[in-house]
Amino acid sequence: MDVFLTYLIVFLIGGFVCMIGEMLIIFTNITSARILVVFELTGVFLQAVGAYDYISDFAKAGINVPIIGFGASLAKGAIGAVKTHGFLGIFTGGLTATAGGIAAAIGFAFLFSLIFRSHTKK
Amino acid sequence: MQREQTFKLKKKPKIIGSYSIVGPKEGNGNFGDYFDYVMKNDCFGEDTFEKAERKMLETAITGVIQKAKLQPRDVDMMIAGDLLNQIISSSYAARAFQFPFLGVYGACSTMAESIAVGAVLVDGGYCDNIVCCTGSHFSTAERQYRFPLELGNQRPPTSQWTITGAGACVLSLAGEGPRVSMVTFGKVVDWGVKDVNDMGAAMAPAARDTLLSHFHNTKTTPEDYDLIVTGDLGKLGSEILIDLMEDEGITLGVNYGDCGQMYFRHDQKTLCGGSGAGCCATVFNSYIMAKLRDGQYKKVLFLPTGALLSTTSTQQGDSIPCVCHAIVVES
Amino acid sequence: MEDKKRNEAYNKYVAAKIPKTKPWPALFNSFWVGGLICMFGQGINDIFLLIFPNLSQQTGWALTLITLIFIASFLTGIGVYDQIGKFAGGGSIVPITGFSNSITSPSIEFKSEGIIYGICVKMFTIAGPVIVFGVASSMIVGLIYWIVGLF
Repeated sequence: MDVFLTYLIVFLIGGFVCMIGEMLIIFTNITSARILVVFELTGVFLQAVGAYDYISDFAKAGINVPIIGFGASLAKGAIGAVKTHGFLGIFTGGLTATAGGIAAAIGFAFLFSLIFRSHTKK
Repeated sequence: MQREQTFKLKKKPKIIGSYSIVGPKEGNGNFGDYFDYVMKNDCFGEDTFEKAERKMLETAITGVIQKAKLQPRDVDMMIAGDLLNQIISSSYAARAFQFPFLGVYGACSTMAESIAVGAVLVDGGYCDNIVCCTGSHFSTAERQYRFPLELGNQRPPTSQWTITGAGACVLSLAGEGPRVSMVTFGKVVDWGVKDVNDMGAAMAPAARDTLLSHFHNTKTTPEDYDLIVTGDLGKLGSEILIDLMEDEGITLGVNYGDCGQMYFRHDQKTLCGGSGAGCCATVFNSYIMAKLRDGQYKKVLFLPTGALLSTTSTQQGDSIPCVCHAIVVES
Repeated sequence: MEDKKRNEAYNKYVAAKIPKTKPWPALFNSFWVGGLICMFGQGINDIFLLIFPNLSQQTGWALTLITLIFIASFLTGIGVYDQIGKFAGGGSIVPITGFSNSITSPSIEFKSEGIIYGICVKMFTIAGPVIVFGVASSMIVGLIYWIVGLF
């Protein structure tokens, strides 16, 4: 029952976040790159003010899977690195924390673009 | 008041052959039965879409020379254009034929522009046979003007579908066929529309401008034509044009149509209809020419519009300049 | 001057003329597809934690995101993701899978220009701003925390 509730929360919050993205598309006509940036910066902001961890504990994948989570780990990395490494952490923190995601995106994109070619839209 | 934009051609060059080739989706559309050749897939056996577009133009030119019962050596001039940067598809197609080549760019109005230029050259007696050719390809236009094909984005409700297709025709004084009697070259008109997903609204004022000066110069009214057809204003743009002409006291009635709007069936989900240089080129060289030949249409005013923008000008926040050229074809 | 007035009037007229689509179906689709993707991510995360119970939460999420990125990249390659996107809009853009799609799609698209000038150069034409803004904003946050830490 607990598991069911968790998944329901994930579904509802994740869906709601995506719906806000769709609203931005419909009502302001912005392109997908801008939407990604807006949500990412939201994540950075939430983490910077320290609210993200509370939301994440509650919403789990509902907030971690949207790109908000990516922004939050950038900020979290920077904050953590500043605390341990001092000034250098400003430069190393963000990318270190998100290295996995960025490397995966680049690596898989490279791999699949060698294998596949683009298809005409129907 | 207005400078002379309309040329009345004395010898009235004939369109002695026409040929159209389209992609599979277009072949499924409303004009499907009229096209000369429908490709099975839009790669056309090539490894890139750009090469496919080039091959389409080459096929159209070969096809039209055959249909006009000419030999390649009879062709004096080739006038062609397309949508890609530096009109590469036309230039490479011209490389394959070794005709004297004039590259023209009028975006989606290129077909009318090439016929107009060609008709004037033939009428002046400088050339015997001129091949005019125009084409566009959905996948090459999409990547140049918009987004990669595989990007998961939605198309806004005003957007149009670039036609994969090419049309060609041969102009000559000898032979049989419908005659080009008048041409009107349009001015560049810009009413400050900036939305690249709303080409119809940007181009409608250009069509209005050319229509007004054409009617003024030739002292004709819409009733004098069996068909007045614009290129790719689409559903929204053609409604806007009707409104704009209404404001000038000219009613575009049932004899007005738009190639882009009529191109696809409703269930093909193309939103505002077809667009692109290939849109009016394929419709003109298939459906309209067929109807002119069998006498159903006596006099057709063909005025495709073109949006002369580039991605650079869009990103710098400029509005969209548009042009519209008109030709009158009589059977 | 007159032109400017005319242009403004015309743009206003066009804005009124543009067909209004009902937003509800699109919003609903983006809601349930987006929710489903997030639930799927939660499932992957739970499976990882089931197989490797010693994973820290952060590592678990990193592995989950990498898996999602892999799946989205693959779906982009076989030409499925853009159809999901056409249907779901925001539902497939906002999750990390949308980020993966926006990196993979241009690199596949520009493959025809070669590996260096096609794939590698064009890879970030859409997702570039995400990385730039992400890195820049994380540096600002880091800087603020560093300055605050000084006192």
